[in-house]
Amino acid sequence: MKFFRLLGRSVRDAFRSVGRNFSLSLASISCIIVTLLIIALSIVITYNVNNFSNDLKKDLTIVAFVSNDADDTDLEKIKTNIEGISNVHSVSFKDKKDIKAEMMEEDESLKTAMSEWDEESNPLQHTYLIKVDDIEKIGETATAIKNLDYIDVVKYGEGMVEQLVTVFKAVQKVAIVAVVALVLMTMFLIVNTIKLTIFSRKREISIMRLVGASNFAIKLPFVVEGMILGFIGSIIPVFVLIYGYYSMYKYFGGKLFTDLIKLVSPEPFVYIASLIIIGVGILVGMMGSGRAVRKYLKV
Amino acid sequence: MEFIRFKNVTKQYKNGVVALYDLNLSIEKGDFCFIIGGSGSGKSTFTKLLYREEKPTKGEIVLGGLKVNKLRNSNVYKLRRKLGIVFQDYRLLPKSNVYENVAFALEVMGESKKDIRPKVLKAIELVGLKSKLRDYPDNLSGGEQQRVAIARAIVNNPKLLICDEPTGNLDPAMSLEIVELLDKINKKVGTTVIMVTHDKEIVNHMKKHVIALKDGHLFKDYKEGEYIDEVL
Repeated sequence: MKFFRLLGRSVRDAFRSVGRNFSLSLASISCIIVTLLIIALSIVITYNVNNFSNDLKKDLTIVAFVSNDADDTDLEKIKTNIEGISNVHSVSFKDKKDIKAEMMEEDESLKTAMSEWDEESNPLQHTYLIKVDDIEKIGETATAIKNLDYIDVVKYGEGMVEQLVTVFKAVQKVAIVAVVALVLMTMFLIVNTIKLTIFSRKREISIMRLVGASNFAIKLPFVVEGMILGFIGSIIPVFVLIYGYYSMYKYFGGKLFTDLIKLVSPEPFVYIASLIIIGVGILVGMMGSGRAVRKYLKV
Repeated sequence: MEFIRFKNVTKQYKNGVVALYDLNLSIEKGDFCFIIGGSGSGKSTFTKLLYREEKPTKGEIVLGGLKVNKLRNSNVYKLRRKLGIVFQDYRLLPKSNVYENVAFALEVMGESKKDIRPKVLKAIELVGLKSKLRDYPDNLSGGEQQRVAIARAIVNNPKLLICDEPTGNLDPAMSLEIVELLDKINKKVGTTVIMVTHDKEIVNHMKKHVIALKDGHLFKDYKEGEYIDEVL
C-alpha cells in the first residue's frame, strides 16, 4: 500500500516536472522518437531478413550428382554418408530415369532426343537432393559432400546465396551501430533532463532526506520521469510502424521486388514490434534517469 | 538514562580541517541541552554527526542504543525518522502552504492521507499556528516560519529534536518565543532537545544543561543551572 502511495506521488511529480522543464523534455522526447524510429526500422528489416532466410532454407537444395559407376550398395552407402554430415537436414534420392522423364516432359526437342536412350545408354546421373539446417554453412557442407566417393559434381547456386546473406548481414550491422549510437545520445539527453529536475528540486530533496524519506522514495520520482519521457517518445514511432508497415505491405503486395522475397504478414508482427518499441523506450528512459540519479542525487 | 554518547570522537574533513578533537560527552533522555561556542568551535559539525550528515573520522557515537557511526548510507533514513531537525534558514517549500509543508514529512514516508491529517493538525496546534493553516511561507514572519519548521520536525513524534541555530535569523523577542516553544515540546512531549546557539542571553535565561565547545574541544559541560555567562 505504501509502495503504491509513493508511486502515485512519484507519477504526479514526474508529470509536473516534464511540464516544468518542457523544452529539455521535448529535446529528450524528440531524440527518443528518432532512436525508436530507427529501432523500428531495424526490427522490420531484421525480422524480414530472418523470414526470408527461413524461406530460403526451405527452398535451397544441394544437388549431388552420383557417378554412373556406383552400384545399388554404393548408393545406399552414399546416402548414409551424406546423412552423417553435420549440417544436413534431409536427403532424398532421385533416379536418373525420373530425371529423364521430367526433362522429356519439359521440352519437345529433348523428348525426341532422349526417347532413344535406354537404361544403359542414359548419360544422365542419379542425384541426391540435400536440405541443410544453416544456409550460411552451405558451402562447407557442399564441399564435404563433394569429397565423398562416387560424387562427381555438387551444385547449390553457389555465390548468389552467399551474396544475399552478406548484404543482409551488412544492413543489419549498420542498423545496430546506428541504434547503439542513438541510444547513447538519447540517454545523454535524458541524463541532462533529469539533472535539471534534480537541481530544480534540490530543496525538496534535502528536506526529504532530513525527514527520513528512504532512498527509494527519493529516487522514484526521477526514475518514473525518465520512464514517462521514454513512453511519450515511443507513441509516434509505434504509429509510424503500424501504419507504415501496413501501407508498405499493401503497396508491394506482400513481396519485395521478386516473388523470392516475401514480406512478413503485418499481423501479429507490427503489434509485437510495437510492444518491443514501447519497452525499449521505457527502458532507455529508465536507464538514463537511473544514471542521472546515481550521479547527481548522491543517495 | 543516557540517550546520546560521544566517545573519543574526532572529525577531520577531507580538506584537512579538524573540526572536533577527541570529544567525550553524554546527554540524558528528555534533556534540553544547549551547545554553545564561537565560530569554528565545532557546533555545526557536532549536529551533523548526530543526524549522520557526516561520519566521524575516529570514535563512536551512540544515539538511543544505535551506533550512528556504523550506519550504512542506505540506512540513514531509519535514523532520521527518529529525529526532528530544525535549521536557521527554516528550509520550507515556498510553493506549499503551512499544512502542506508539515504534511510533506509524512507524505514522503508513504503514510496515508487519513493518518497524516490528525498528526499534522496536532503538530500545528502545538506550535500555535492553527489559524494560519493555508498561509504560504512568504506571508509569514520569520518566527512563524520557524514554527512551521518545528511543527514539521515534531510531526513524526521524534525522540530527539536537533535545532541548529534556530533563532539565528530572529529578533530577541521572537527568539525567546521559539526557545520557549521548544521548552514546551521538551516538557509536554518529553522529546530530547539539542539546540545549537551563540545567543548567550537565551542560554542565560533558560538555565539548562549547556555544553560549551571551543576550537573543536569540549570546553566545559555545565549541568542544569550551572551556566553563567563566560567568555569563550
